[in-house]
Amino acid sequence: MKNINLNDSNTVVIIGSGAGGGTLANELCQQGVNVVLLEAGSKQSTKTFVNDEWKSFSQLAWLDNRSTSGGWRVSKDFPNLPAWICKTVGGSTTHWAGASLRIQAHEFKALSTYGSVKGANLLDWPITLDDLAPYYDLAENKMGVTRTNGIPGLPGNSNFKVMYAGAEKMGYKQCHTGRMAINSKPRDGRAGCQQLGFCFQGCKMGAKWSTLYTEIPAAMATGNLELRAGCHVMKIQHNDKGLADGVLYIDEDGKQQLQKARVVCVAGNSIETPRLLLNSATEMFPNGLANSSDQVGRNYMRHTTGSVYATFDKPVRMWRGTTMAGIIQDEAKHDPSRGFVGGYELETVSLGLPFMAAFIDPGAWGKKFANALDNYENMAGLWIVGEDLPQESNRITLHPSDKDQHGLPVPNVHFDDHPNDKIMREHAFEQGTKLYKSVGAKETYRVPPYPSTHNLGTCRMSLHAKDGVCNKHGQTHDIKNLFISDGSQFTTSAAENPTLTIVALAIRQAQFIANQLSTNKI
Amino acid sequence: MINKLEQESKRKFIKLSGGMLTGTLIATSGLFSCMAPTRRWSLPLTSLPDNVAESILMTTRHIFPHAKLEDAVYALVVKDLDNSAAKDPAVKKVLIDGVAMLNKKSKNNNWLLENHQDQYTIVLSMVGSDFFEKIRGTSIVSLYNNDMAWAHFGYEGSSFEKGGYINRGFQDLNWLPEPPHSISPQKYKI
Repeated sequence: MKNINLNDSNTVVIIGSGAGGGTLANELCQQGVNVVLLEAGSKQSTKTFVNDEWKSFSQLAWLDNRSTSGGWRVSKDFPNLPAWICKTVGGSTTHWAGASLRIQAHEFKALSTYGSVKGANLLDWPITLDDLAPYYDLAENKMGVTRTNGIPGLPGNSNFKVMYAGAEKMGYKQCHTGRMAINSKPRDGRAGCQQLGFCFQGCKMGAKWSTLYTEIPAAMATGNLELRAGCHVMKIQHNDKGLADGVLYIDEDGKQQLQKARVVCVAGNSIETPRLLLNSATEMFPNGLANSSDQVGRNYMRHTTGSVYATFDKPVRMWRGTTMAGIIQDEAKHDPSRGFVGGYELETVSLGLPFMAAFIDPGAWGKKFANALDNYENMAGLWIVGEDLPQESNRITLHPSDKDQHGLPVPNVHFDDHPNDKIMREHAFEQGTKLYKSVGAKETYRVPPYPSTHNLGTCRMSLHAKDGVCNKHGQTHDIKNLFISDGSQFTTSAAENPTLTIVALAIRQAQFIANQLSTNKI
Repeated sequence: MINKLEQESKRKFIKLSGGMLTGTLIATSGLFSCMAPTRRWSLPLTSLPDNVAESILMTTRHIFPHAKLEDAVYALVVKDLDNSAAKDPAVKKVLIDGVAMLNKKSKNNNWLLENHQDQYTIVLSMVGSDFFEKIRGTSIVSLYNNDMAWAHFGYEGSSFEKGGYINRGFQDLNWLPEPPHSISPQKYKI
């Protein structure tokens, strides 16, 4: 591994090693750019991952204290765990299920397509599907997405068979085993999927794409990357011209370090990214970095989600095989006749017994709860992933008094459903319930959203500086050598699982940064 | 009615003796009993008095009523609560006071001797109390995150060391039509 001097002011510093940061690091290193990649978590591997939900959760999840507020149920049931994301090398690409869908053309133009919606802070993205399409191509090839690049789809498990039979009864036409960044056969030096059923716990086969064992080692091999794990960034610093010039962090030994930088890219996921910008406030930038618009931390989106589980007379054993084994896309269209704007995907999901107990109805007990778990073997499940609308009041702020282990204010995550989100969720719950009933479900269970896995929009891209935090390249409007490199950039959430888009944006951003560097614009 | 009978017969199998909660497994066949080294189980208590431990076990059965789940699994909740009580006097007080309250609301100051329905009614009156919440919250993990519970509910746990499910039934559901290969391709064969 390269050793980059703390005083090397010609380096690009990337904060966060997940889908955005890990990919960006590799893409820059491939173009000869020197990168310091700072990751707050520690390094695991396919060897150290565990097929055990609670153990894996302690190993991978971001468990630093956070607070919550607002009307969402997560705030009541999991007041200190607003999000189920990771603090480890590879970030949440260790935990994600692998669903890799392109955002649809009309979703990039949410405001134009849906019109102004009361209470929503809708905006069109400053890029279109056509702009991003070439990068989606690159991302799908890099990640080995099934049903692209001649890669066969994955075989569906029993949970998928239930979904498919129900989809047929419902008249749905777009149901298949998905576009998944999971090898259906060996590819790119990684194994094929062995249907372990522990996608969320870190894939022990390495069959699922994660920056941990793809992008990061590839970047390392160029000789241009220094990965520093266990390093929690406290503050981004700037010079008197208002340009970012360094990153202050606590290293794995608890010592404070200052890494000089020519460019700083923030990819800490949509809670930590705005938190860091807000924690970096100075006299010159009293509201935090890149926040002249007052949009840093705002428009927090988490997708309109929920799950439907159903029990049958006969076994399903949904935990066997890939967690997201298939998808129905018929409802992902924009069709306001359903009573809401935007659309949603339905994807199979399963939880092991320990997490089923924790999540099926948090806080519940008694006969109904016990009966659901008594029928655990006979259970099938699907997850709703729908577009939720950006609202200015849904936001990440700094807690006025609570501090983390480094003495930094903890982030507060405030969220209220928009009325559109509620109507969409209700529609999706109804459709999911009907689907399972159509194939003989005995009981169906509407399961409320889990702590958020898709966290989006808190430093959104916008054409005009007053409407958002960064431009179409993720470059902040206010500070030209400061970039947003994760899902925080999303102008709107769209209905699709966000990782593929985060990766495509990172590839595109890397080209832009490399070009800006070589032409001395930054 | 069946529940009640099972409940009563089960009761006979829990015994208390100086700092130890012991019992006998009901199941004599199946995966579950194969896992147990002997049919008798015992839980040494480090902090909670015997009668408190037994009342907690029975309270847990009321909160999470799995008629056929062995007391030995419920005893794991008691074990974890006993450990928390040993570390934290406040937890110990909540548990001891909670059981005292159960008894106070019972005839002859003895909740364990109430019939099943009356026991349940008294537990219901405690919903939302620190005592109830401590047991409920602990149970969510302790009751369902152990090998015995997994065997009972049919969950198979870790699969990596067994080669996953690619050759072990990930598609074995046979009571619905098979999706076509264009929708769900055949598994890759080396």
